[in-house]
Amino acid sequence: MSSGYLFVLRGFFCLIIKDGNLSLSLRLLVPRHSSNGDRTPDQEQFNQRVFPRFVSVCPTVFLFPLCSPLWMPSPALNTSSSYWSRPMQVFTKTKSEINLFFNLVCDPADVISTVEFNQTGEFLATGDKGGRVVIFQREPQGEYNVYSTFQSHEPEFDYLKSFEIEEKINKIRWLPPHNPAHFLLSTNDKTVKLWKVSEKDKRAEGYNLRDEEGRLKDLSTITTLQVPVLRPMDLLVEASPRRVFANAHAYHINSISVNSDCETYLSADDLRINLWHLNITDRSFNIVDLKPENMEDLSEVITVAEFHPHHCHLLAFSSSTGTTRLCDMRARALCDQHAKLFEEAVDPSRQSFFSEIVSSVSDVKFSHSGRYLLTRDYLTVKVWDLNMENKPMETYQVHDYLRTKLCSLYESDCIFDKFECAWNGTDSVIMTGAYNNYFRMFDRASLRDVTLEASREVCKRRAVLQPRRVCVGKKRKETDVSVDSLDFRKKILHTAWHPKENIIAIAASNNLYIFQDRLTPNGHHNTPEIQSAM
Amino acid sequence: MAGAEGDDSLYPIAVLIDELRNEDVQLRLNSIKKLSTIALALEVERTRTELLPFLTDTIYDEDEVLLALAEQLGSFTVLVGGPEFVHCLLPPLESLATVEETVVRDKAVESLRKISQEHSPVDLEVHFVPLVKRLASGDWFTSRTSACGLFSVCYPHVSSTVKAEIRQHFRTLCSDDTPMVRRAASSKLGEFAKVLELDYVKSDIIPLFTALASDEQDSVRLLAVESGVSIATLLPQEDLEDLVMPTLRQAAEDKSWRVRYMVADKFSELQKAVGPEITKNDLVPAFQNLLKDCEAEVRTAAANKVKVFCESLPEDSRETIIMTHILPCVKELVSDTNQHVKSALASVIMGLSTILGKDNTVEHLLPLFLVQLKDEYPEVRLNIISNLDCVNEVIGIRQLSQSLLPAIVELAEDAKWRVRLAIIEYMPLLAGQLGVEFFDEKLNSLCMAWLIDHVYAIREAATCNLMKLVEKFGAEWAQNTIVPKVLGMANDSNYLHRMTTLFCINALSEVCGQEITTKHMLPVVLKMSTDQVANVRFNVARCLQKIGPVLDSSALQAEVKPVLEKLATDQDMDVKYFALDAISGMYPFISLTFQHISSQKHFHSPLYYPLQFFFFNKSAKMSTILCFSVNMGSNGCNITKSEKLKGV
Repeated sequence: MSSGYLFVLRGFFCLIIKDGNLSLSLRLLVPRHSSNGDRTPDQEQFNQRVFPRFVSVCPTVFLFPLCSPLWMPSPALNTSSSYWSRPMQVFTKTKSEINLFFNLVCDPADVISTVEFNQTGEFLATGDKGGRVVIFQREPQGEYNVYSTFQSHEPEFDYLKSFEIEEKINKIRWLPPHNPAHFLLSTNDKTVKLWKVSEKDKRAEGYNLRDEEGRLKDLSTITTLQVPVLRPMDLLVEASPRRVFANAHAYHINSISVNSDCETYLSADDLRINLWHLNITDRSFNIVDLKPENMEDLSEVITVAEFHPHHCHLLAFSSSTGTTRLCDMRARALCDQHAKLFEEAVDPSRQSFFSEIVSSVSDVKFSHSGRYLLTRDYLTVKVWDLNMENKPMETYQVHDYLRTKLCSLYESDCIFDKFECAWNGTDSVIMTGAYNNYFRMFDRASLRDVTLEASREVCKRRAVLQPRRVCVGKKRKETDVSVDSLDFRKKILHTAWHPKENIIAIAASNNLYIFQDRLTPNGHHNTPEIQSAM
Repeated sequence: MAGAEGDDSLYPIAVLIDELRNEDVQLRLNSIKKLSTIALALEVERTRTELLPFLTDTIYDEDEVLLALAEQLGSFTVLVGGPEFVHCLLPPLESLATVEETVVRDKAVESLRKISQEHSPVDLEVHFVPLVKRLASGDWFTSRTSACGLFSVCYPHVSSTVKAEIRQHFRTLCSDDTPMVRRAASSKLGEFAKVLELDYVKSDIIPLFTALASDEQDSVRLLAVESGVSIATLLPQEDLEDLVMPTLRQAAEDKSWRVRYMVADKFSELQKAVGPEITKNDLVPAFQNLLKDCEAEVRTAAANKVKVFCESLPEDSRETIIMTHILPCVKELVSDTNQHVKSALASVIMGLSTILGKDNTVEHLLPLFLVQLKDEYPEVRLNIISNLDCVNEVIGIRQLSQSLLPAIVELAEDAKWRVRLAIIEYMPLLAGQLGVEFFDEKLNSLCMAWLIDHVYAIREAATCNLMKLVEKFGAEWAQNTIVPKVLGMANDSNYLHRMTTLFCINALSEVCGQEITTKHMLPVVLKMSTDQVANVRFNVARCLQKIGPVLDSSALQAEVKPVLEKLATDQDMDVKYFALDAISGMYPFISLTFQHISSQKHFHSPLYYPLQFFFFNKSAKMSTILCFSVNMGSNGCNITKSEKLKGV
């Protein structure tokens, strides 16, 4: 079933789109004991449309009718001066109905597992643990609405190795635009798929042997041949699988990345990186192989791999030991030997049992300029200059207060959480997630930082996001949050930044938050200034 | 009844038209493939005004349908009313040239190129060139890449002002933002240069070539290499040095191995294009570097070209160049660390012996052959063995035979059955080169050992090998060496070996001739008809059918027929079936019996699973389709069958 209950908040500020479950939410409006016979024709019709996991969705036909009766978008002006505005909730139906959703326990399949803007920022794709991909399109007014939803992966069972292959979407990457359709790669643990999302607004009409209702015509009435003609119809968005790249990974795929030559991409699992041609599904080239002869000698695994944004021969991959390697594919066909190794010397006095776990790199992102590398480990984000291997240019503490809590984080497995990080469009600000539904931003020029919270409770209308502060000792201000009261189950792992504008997408469990910076009165966007948010 | 007649003729066409939109892709595909029939029925006027506009907008379809459509439209000129109206085909092909699927776009471009030949020069300028310009300035890279392939077909036939525009468009595409378009331009550069006037090649194409060959993306640079080769063929010798060679030299030393690989791969074409003088001065050192490249892929490509390169060297200095420049590199490659390099070299190195002559071969090449024959990788050894004939012509094989034998024996006993299979396939060749005596002495036992290999594919190849050997050495040799050993296996305790005897007889009977077959083989086969294993018995029946044509009719009547008739009453169904099949093959009149047997119902049990195995018997006057199924019951696997009789 498709997902999403959806707040569409018109205006400049913000849109929250919660990725719940559309059909589930609507069914909740029906008393639980009601049988099929008690359902209204509308609900029946609705269920018929939504129950089959639909591969294509026509937003104009049945997504909007779902949202609008429940929540009427209403425009509102932001009067606050803060940088990140706060989302608003607008309900036109009774609140009690809405509260039902809020009390819902989140379905694990709805948990968002990846968020990605396309090259222009017009589209935003999310993948979830249920193998679904939801694509949002930005309307001219600036809000993102559901454009298409499709089931990308299904759960499978590998009979030879006797294990289950989850349908969870690990990564989504958009291809550079080819033609009016949009293309994206999505991957679960084993299989990468290339999807085409296209629009159709014409339909052929006129049969020779049948009339418009599909009944067979009397043969004697056919005296002339009729060629079908195309007539305009309602816009239909279709997602069709174009290629399936399977059977090349023995371990779990953790990342995919499209090369700047636009004809190849890489897929990386725990020990190997493979290079694929987008048109060829039956073979791929292994370019990096870390697998030792004897698995007992295994000392590190690949955590992320990414291509350089401009140079088609450069790729970076990071490992669980905290290093990031840059490979030059020009030098050799096999890139087992790196061109550069980015590693920071560890201070022996701060060594502990957790040092290695904490230093494992969970995300690597090239800056848009191609000059810098951003890496995220458990406690910090670091910016590296490609020309300086021995130490990072900048190191930002994301949640240094957790350093004393590593033991309990280890016991709860939280220490293995893989946080992602993102650059803004001009490479001047860095964003990454944290616990308690907090996310952090760092302005590289002013060295200022801010902690913001993305949660339904604080996302009220006519307000902007207030900075949060986590205190280690006793509270200095009323709004401060103590380290001990942080909720480690609420974590923001996946974030994305619009490639050109200050729009960010934050995935917190089954919620997707889209925030936009405040507009100045003349309609232009502010340059990001975190300062004002402090 | 004119109306009814009209319906009758319209009906199939009406079905075809309706199926253009069927939900089943296969039906749509079939219908598209019969598009010419539809167009013929609609006649030219309606094809132009109704069918083509519809097709232009159907680019939402599956790739295979679009591919078929693009192909069909290339030969549609007559159906739209001849060359006068050929431009009507441009709109559908234009939209096909912008789809995202490369194969469809390429097919559309191919069809466009085809129909461009049917345009009059005026039509080209009025209809075709504007299309090329539209594609070349399209928003999406898909249309711009398609445009690259169309410049060369219209350029020769248009006026000089249009020519200037076309050149300008091509220049623009060569510096396109997207690497995909630059790649397309880079690969079409050579083709475009061929239709350009020589002055423009020098003034326009050379700068473009230089720019593309130093593109920041190596995927673009590597395609420029091939274009460079075609451009070099166009230019007069004296201009080559200034205009092309600096760029090509740079490509041979490119930082990216993929570009160097491309140079190595195109080396013989390049050699032809630049002529002997530049080859001597420039290409020889370049080739040496490629053979010593740090990337194994490049060395492999270069090693593959060693023989062709040496052959095409100018004759006067060929031997000195090879001896002083190429051979030292080859010697290093023989002990390369990469197996693909070595096996590429092994597949061509023997060819050098004919170029170098006997003395040099013995002195310089022979040691290399011997090293490669002892290589740790079987593929290297196999490649040497497969090319033995080259060296045999020059120095005779005796020189090698001492090393050859251990190499062959080792391959013959390799743990990987595919390696064993490969060496078996070279056995007839080796036998031819080495002669009967050597073969009998050293290799015969190997050939017999393969017959009892535990892999069926090897046993099968071994029987086939025996047949080829007999073809080579004659029936008398067979009778003395092979036949006794083969027939000896008929008493083996392993039924698989007994069956191998039958398979060998199947293969050998024809080449050995009637006498040996009747005298030696037939008694053994007949004796095996009482074998306790059913598989052996039904193979006896099949074997008898197979060797029947070789036997004379008296033997058939007196010896074969009674045995087959006995087998036809066997308890086992399969034996019975094959015996009857053999009888019906030899005596069509017995087919009645056959029909009677086959009409019995053999099974109803759900334990029978159909196996994808059909046997079509054409020798009998009826066509019989047998569907075998496997009984998965407690007795293990029993092959049974069901028959369907068609048209007696």
